[in-house]
Amino acid sequence: MKKISVIDHELVPEHIVLSERDVKSLLAKHHISVGELPKIKISDPVIKEIGASAGDVIKIIRNSHTAGKAIVYRLVID
Amino acid sequence: MASVKRIQRIKFGLLSPKEIRRMSATKIITADTYDDDGFPIDMGLMDPRLGVINPGLRCKTCGGRIGECPGHFGHIELVAPVIHVGFAKWILKILRATCRKCGHLLFDEMTKKEYLDQIKSLNKLGQLTDDVVKEVFKNATKIRVCPYCEERQKEIAFEKPSMYIEEGHKLMPADIRDRFERIPDEDVEIFGMDPRNARPEWMILTVLPVPPVNTRPSITLESGQRSEDDLTHKLVDIIRINQRFQENTGAGAPQLIIEDLWELLQYHVTTFMDNEVSGVPPARHRSGRPLKTLSQRLRGKEGRFRGSLSGKRVNFSARTVISPDPNLNIDEVGVPLKIAQEMTITMNVTPQNIKKCKEYVRRGPDNHPGANYVKRGDGRRVKITEHNCEELAEMLEPGWSIDRQLMEGDIVLFNRQPSLHRMSIMAHNVKIMPDKTFRIHPSVCPPYNADFDGDEMNLHVPQTEEARADARTLMKVEENMLSPRFGGPIIGGIHDHISGTFILTRGRKLFDKSTALNMLRKSDTKDLTMPVETINEQPYWTGKQIFSCVLPEGLDVTYEAKMCENCEACKKEKCEKDAYVKIRNGELLCGTIDENGIGAFKGKILDRICKSYGVTEGRKFLENATQLAIRAIMHFGFSFGIDDGDIPRETQNQISSVMVDVKGRVDRLIEAYKAEELEPLPGRTVDETIEMKIMQELGKARDLSGSIAGKHLGHNNSAVIMAISGSRGSMLNLTQMAACVGQQSVRGERITRGYEGRTLPHFERGDLKADARGFVTSSYKKGLSPTEFFFHAIGGREGLVDTAVRTSQSGYLQRRLINALQDLDVKYDGTVRDTTGQIIQFEYGEDGVDPAKSDYGKSVNVRKIIENITGKEVV
Ligand SMILES: [Mg+2]
Ligand SMILES: [Zn+2]
Ligand SMILES: [Zn+2]
Ligand SMILES: [Zn+2]
Repeated sequence: MKKISVIDHELVPEHIVLSERDVKSLLAKHHISVGELPKIKISDPVIKEIGASAGDVIKIIRNSHTAGKAIVYRLVID
Repeated sequence: MASVKRIQRIKFGLLSPKEIRRMSATKIITADTYDDDGFPIDMGLMDPRLGVINPGLRCKTCGGRIGECPGHFGHIELVAPVIHVGFAKWILKILRATCRKCGHLLFDEMTKKEYLDQIKSLNKLGQLTDDVVKEVFKNATKIRVCPYCEERQKEIAFEKPSMYIEEGHKLMPADIRDRFERIPDEDVEIFGMDPRNARPEWMILTVLPVPPVNTRPSITLESGQRSEDDLTHKLVDIIRINQRFQENTGAGAPQLIIEDLWELLQYHVTTFMDNEVSGVPPARHRSGRPLKTLSQRLRGKEGRFRGSLSGKRVNFSARTVISPDPNLNIDEVGVPLKIAQEMTITMNVTPQNIKKCKEYVRRGPDNHPGANYVKRGDGRRVKITEHNCEELAEMLEPGWSIDRQLMEGDIVLFNRQPSLHRMSIMAHNVKIMPDKTFRIHPSVCPPYNADFDGDEMNLHVPQTEEARADARTLMKVEENMLSPRFGGPIIGGIHDHISGTFILTRGRKLFDKSTALNMLRKSDTKDLTMPVETINEQPYWTGKQIFSCVLPEGLDVTYEAKMCENCEACKKEKCEKDAYVKIRNGELLCGTIDENGIGAFKGKILDRICKSYGVTEGRKFLENATQLAIRAIMHFGFSFGIDDGDIPRETQNQISSVMVDVKGRVDRLIEAYKAEELEPLPGRTVDETIEMKIMQELGKARDLSGSIAGKHLGHNNSAVIMAISGSRGSMLNLTQMAACVGQQSVRGERITRGYEGRTLPHFERGDLKADARGFVTSSYKKGLSPTEFFFHAIGGREGLVDTAVRTSQSGYLQRRLINALQDLDVKYDGTVRDTTGQIIQFEYGEDGVDPAKSDYGKSVNVRKIIENITGKEVV
């Protein structure tokens, strides 16, 4: 059977693994620790596909009704 | 002081006789309460071991005083078991599902195990077992022979409220209890019950718990007579019958008498639990009033749950009917003097305000604005009366506090239920008024969703400086002019305000000086501009000029009025409908001010002023504009009577001929359909096509008749003015009143239900004609024929049911949303977080825009900015 990539679907927003430096500046910007970020399960199909591991922070770029593009961050958890 | 304990879990179960005896402080054996000296009788219903209700005494069980002793249960040993009515249905189910001889659940071992596994796994997941249990009872009842002892099962009939008849033979509670005792614990689990906490036989009472005296205190009347609680009365009855039963069985009375007494005991225990069981005559007090027994205390709106626990009543609040007062400011509320004298604000006496405080105290409670109480330095509260007010005023010193009456200028919170959005509670300034209703400006009706057909509203007086500051800065009416729902004004002119400005500003009406000034009398305005015309050496002004007086200087707005028919090529300033509104530098140059100008939800001018000049200016504009509108409408006079819907014979004939025409066309359609010549529309069956075509024809006919009537009534008819200005009603309402009510529908289709193949016996089967399927040719004014009236009732009922269903559904949806979102808030860095600091949104609404401050949801109005900077219109 042909393997289908969820990333290619138009409704799946872009997921990017954040570099350690970017994570630091993100946390500094919001004065938070990683624990206060929204979470995403490591079993999430997109996370599986991009091969992120627990503890990584993912940057998601979504289409937004109000802002056009909206950027959110999620912490990958087990 | 008892230590604070944390509740870890709550378990529900049935009280076993053993448990009832164990928790009982005493056995109750006598129905008497007090002896001749007024002392409670031992082992009577008021036994001192059941708790204390007299101040000064100590509890014989726990030694606590009144307020410390929680009360203690007693018990009555019933001579014969009785059914607990609350479990009558369960008892029936269990009787039917178990063997009458050996007590086993009627399933074989395999099935039992299956069900038990299901229940156990559901319990482990913390899910409800109701569905499985239901199935257990349903299937077990079907089994006619016991797989364990081969006993044939008999049919059991149930007679409300608590009679079980097994093939003509009445089952006594004692028999039922014997059967239940035989049910093994494992089988009980399959009923979804926990046999350690709820054995089925405990549903049949052998011991009755007697509630503590705290729950049924006796009252001493003024005459010195003791009056007992309803529960005590009921318990007296139970004990009396119990004793008689005992005596009769002891004396070996005939079976018939025993059975009668048993039934009587059952009746008293039943009504003790619930005095509103269907099929049981309610037990009554000597006066004929039904007794309030256990379940009556808990159930219903006034019951313990809805009335005492969920229903919260607060101090410093008032409730009364509302009525309109267009002369109030929008942010005011008229408070009846009587209410103002009851409601107080606590003032702490300081060297700075002691003079004022003394003045309030000196005025006493009956001389508004006075004071009702003083609290002395030692914390003692003293009620102020007209006798002690002078004295108290002299004694007043810093460190005391006084409860000052509510007075003009105080800030209060005003609320109308259901409180669905934040505009349901707004802060108003108090205005003291005579009579007994709260008065509000009609413009604040839309946010509260209030009208004056008897609506009541609540008023709360904030008690601390912080609360008052919050109310002033966050909750004032003007702070809520712009709705966070759609970023436009939710408060605006309504009804007569819109009709008034509409009549005033439409066309080029001229007014002399005194009329013009009279209209502007109550408005705080700019000066009139130069008169446009001089007739007989008298200056005249136009309505547009008069309206311009209430517009702030420098205001530029351009928009299309409600009247605008969206002509293909807009003629702008030259629009013959005067529907193109242009305001330059606070001067209305052309156009008519209607709903789109100052109306709630739609008012463009209002919106612009609120956003460009601030909400305070917006509020002032609305106050001035509504005052002007009221005076304008009074100047012209405005009314609608039955003869304002009159149509001359000629026009009526025109409408009738439209109706005849359309009926002919419908007939021809039906003929074509019957001859199978009708072409189906794409994607539709022939049956659907004919319905659609008929509906289309009938709709067109109604619109046509409406426009014929509308044309005749003309633009000066009051109803037409209201419809086109948007102040109330629509052209459709007018059409229905004057010309033709039109098609009645159920679920968007013509009415088809009723008798076989027809809607009413007046019509032939399969009749598809207009009037056989709910088309109402008559107008409301002419009156409906009996069949038309019936169809109208059908259509009307659907509307009522729809609104009832919709409100309950959307209400529940709203509750769930609010419960889910109530603890989230927007932090100062623009993120949305929950109470633990978890980020929910990185930017509120993803764009960080406060919708209340937005331009109809958009963060910036680019067009407006360009126009402001370049001074040119952007097309
Ligand atoms: Mg009402
Ligand atoms: Zn006690
Ligand atoms: Zn059996
Ligand atoms: Zn136009």
